[in-house]
Amino acid sequence: MEIPDVKERWTAQINEVTIGATKEQGGTRAKTVTVGGQTTLPCLTFEGEIPHKPVIAGYVADMVPGWPDVLKNAIGKEINSPVEWAQKSVEEYGVDLINLKMIGADPAEKDTSASDCAKVVEDVLKAVDVPLIVWGCGDEEKDNLVLPECSQAAVGENVLIGSAKEGNYKTISAICKADKQKIISEAPVDINIGKQVNILLQDDGFDLKNVVMFQTTAALGYGFDYVYTILERARIAGLKGDKLMATPQICDVGGEVWRIKEAIADEDVLPGWGRLEKRGPMWEATCAGVYLQAGADILVMAHPEAINKIQTTIDRLY
Amino acid sequence: MALTGMQIYKNLPKTNCKECGFPTCMAFAMQVAAKQKALTDCPHLSEEGEAALAEASAPPMKLVKIGTDDKKFEFGQETVMFRHEEKFHRPAGIAVRIPSSLSNDEAEAMVDKINRSVFERVGNKLRVAFCAVEIEGCEDPAGRARLAADKSDIPLILIGGSPGAMKEAVDSIKTEKPLVYKGNASNIEAFAEIASGAKLPLAVEGKDLEELSELSLKAKQKGVEEIVLSFDGKNIGETIRFLTIARRAALKKRFGAFGYPAMVEIDSDSPESETVFASIFAAKYAGIVLINGLDPWEVLPIMTTVQDIFTDPQVPNTVEAKLYEIGSPGENSPVLFTTNFSLTYFSVAGEVERSKIPAYISVVDTEGLGVLNAYAGDKISAEKVVKTLQEQKASEKVKHRKLIIPGLLPIFRAEIEDTSEWKEVIIGPETAMKIPAFLSNTWK
Repeated sequence: MEIPDVKERWTAQINEVTIGATKEQGGTRAKTVTVGGQTTLPCLTFEGEIPHKPVIAGYVADMVPGWPDVLKNAIGKEINSPVEWAQKSVEEYGVDLINLKMIGADPAEKDTSASDCAKVVEDVLKAVDVPLIVWGCGDEEKDNLVLPECSQAAVGENVLIGSAKEGNYKTISAICKADKQKIISEAPVDINIGKQVNILLQDDGFDLKNVVMFQTTAALGYGFDYVYTILERARIAGLKGDKLMATPQICDVGGEVWRIKEAIADEDVLPGWGRLEKRGPMWEATCAGVYLQAGADILVMAHPEAINKIQTTIDRLY
Repeated sequence: MALTGMQIYKNLPKTNCKECGFPTCMAFAMQVAAKQKALTDCPHLSEEGEAALAEASAPPMKLVKIGTDDKKFEFGQETVMFRHEEKFHRPAGIAVRIPSSLSNDEAEAMVDKINRSVFERVGNKLRVAFCAVEIEGCEDPAGRARLAADKSDIPLILIGGSPGAMKEAVDSIKTEKPLVYKGNASNIEAFAEIASGAKLPLAVEGKDLEELSELSLKAKQKGVEEIVLSFDGKNIGETIRFLTIARRAALKKRFGAFGYPAMVEIDSDSPESETVFASIFAAKYAGIVLINGLDPWEVLPIMTTVQDIFTDPQVPNTVEAKLYEIGSPGENSPVLFTTNFSLTYFSVAGEVERSKIPAYISVVDTEGLGVLNAYAGDKISAEKVVKTLQEQKASEKVKHRKLIIPGLLPIFRAEIEDTSEWKEVIIGPETAMKIPAFLSNTWK
């Protein structure tokens, strides 16, 4: 029997964004990573092209995050050094990029200086040859000091820098234009603010073809449905021709999942909920896997087993 | 689906006999479309016309019921491709396989374990939806089906391929209304007969969409009323494409052969991947996922995915506005307030819990809006906070008079201090994430 033609005619393409630069391109990376470029929704290759698979960025920080032991032990002693942690993520876990977060710069944490942060960027760039994503600590005032120096330390490397928000986009846009870096635009689980930040960047003369959107990430069970739907709506808008939403999207799964009860509390707190050493990584992997279906292009992930399972998932999906 | 006057008119006798009380058939059709008259008010409506109209007004995806009144699972009648277009109506269910290789004692123990796999999460009860009993390969298929039916608290799926074993199993438990799983190209005639004879729902699976549509049609012609479109999930990308096309064909083109809910038998090389794949399919677009794993770490992520994705996006998610105790707070513990938007509340409560400092959280009714939106929309004010704290008798719980307020509402400080007994208002962080550091630094 003939099946009716139900192909959607998407009219636009999601921007192709390349992160990293090889020697020929003025950097020192062994290869670059490109995301986006699709002309259809995830997996739906019968009505469009998906030139690049989603990628995994390994979570690395300048200090040991306040994570549960199950995660810290799974990573091992390397978690104490951003350089060793990054090396292990590339060599053992096989991540596509390194996602370096300066959580120690937060005034409420170690208040690490901007120059110390820049040193970490330099060291990690020397230690691994995959492209880099560099985030500040989230404190806008401090990030305005930290990110320019981090960007300076990576001139020529075409790093993805996070993040530009409504309140601080000008500084970020200026340094990324000057140093030719890419930008993560961030909004607090609000699709309208997401679009607004992109408008601000564009009005400031920053080309949206160099932007990856971050809609903020919610852990599975904690507002996951909101973020899932924002990712999906943004992607549909982009494919229908809204240029302000036609950017690839990043999800910080590792950064979010390991702060919620299901990923940190063992059976003594949650009787009958099963061993945390299995439940935690599965919470991260499931959260990442389902976000892929909503339109995530870059997944930031932390637990080696979760990373491994999502690599399998991506290979079997594409 | 509501019909237009024109669709109705096409199937009327078009004789303008006026016996219905209206001057023309078209006028009558308009009344029916406006639900002022019933179709049966036409004395000359032909059987074909009635059938055609019934077909056209039926939902594009049929509702399928598995099980009995006290143990049932209903799915189907979905209306949209994306949850933001309306909502997903009926939460997907997990079916756990009970392998035929198990002895009767082991099978019974497994059913018992499935019965006990009940979890409570943010106020909802989560559980496995089906015992999926493999009868193929059992020495006594009818006995195995009977055993599962007697012991299970939830509906059953009977898994088999040969008509002989399926017939025996169905005969022994047909009043339980299990799902017959599954008819394919090699057994469709016999399986459709078994299912229609016992008035049971039947799952059908094709090697591709064309074959699936033919098998679905064949089952219908044989008298099977409730059909489930089944996919093997071997190639997960392909399965997502098939599920999407089948659902679009049903919802957008009213393609009858695909007008039924779907299920996926998860195919994976590890229990971990099984959980990830099942969660993906539960979000898009399988109403049942058939898996092997039963440990909490295997099923809980799937259940939570379903819980999230099937939330109605049109209804703000709220928690009860009351004074919550996190940990075991005492008279020296901090008091914070936040909104009743559940995402806000659970973020704040989660971070307070993470800080390991027991505390009271006063939830103010903001009609489901987060802090900034509530402030912008006039759903929260210093006055309302003070009143809420009074109603919740927060001051009776603690000796001190310090109140931690959201960092996004610093403007409330002066008014609260001036108009209430809370004389020391402390401005908290702007994001929940910073609560642990804030509490450990400021609350000594």
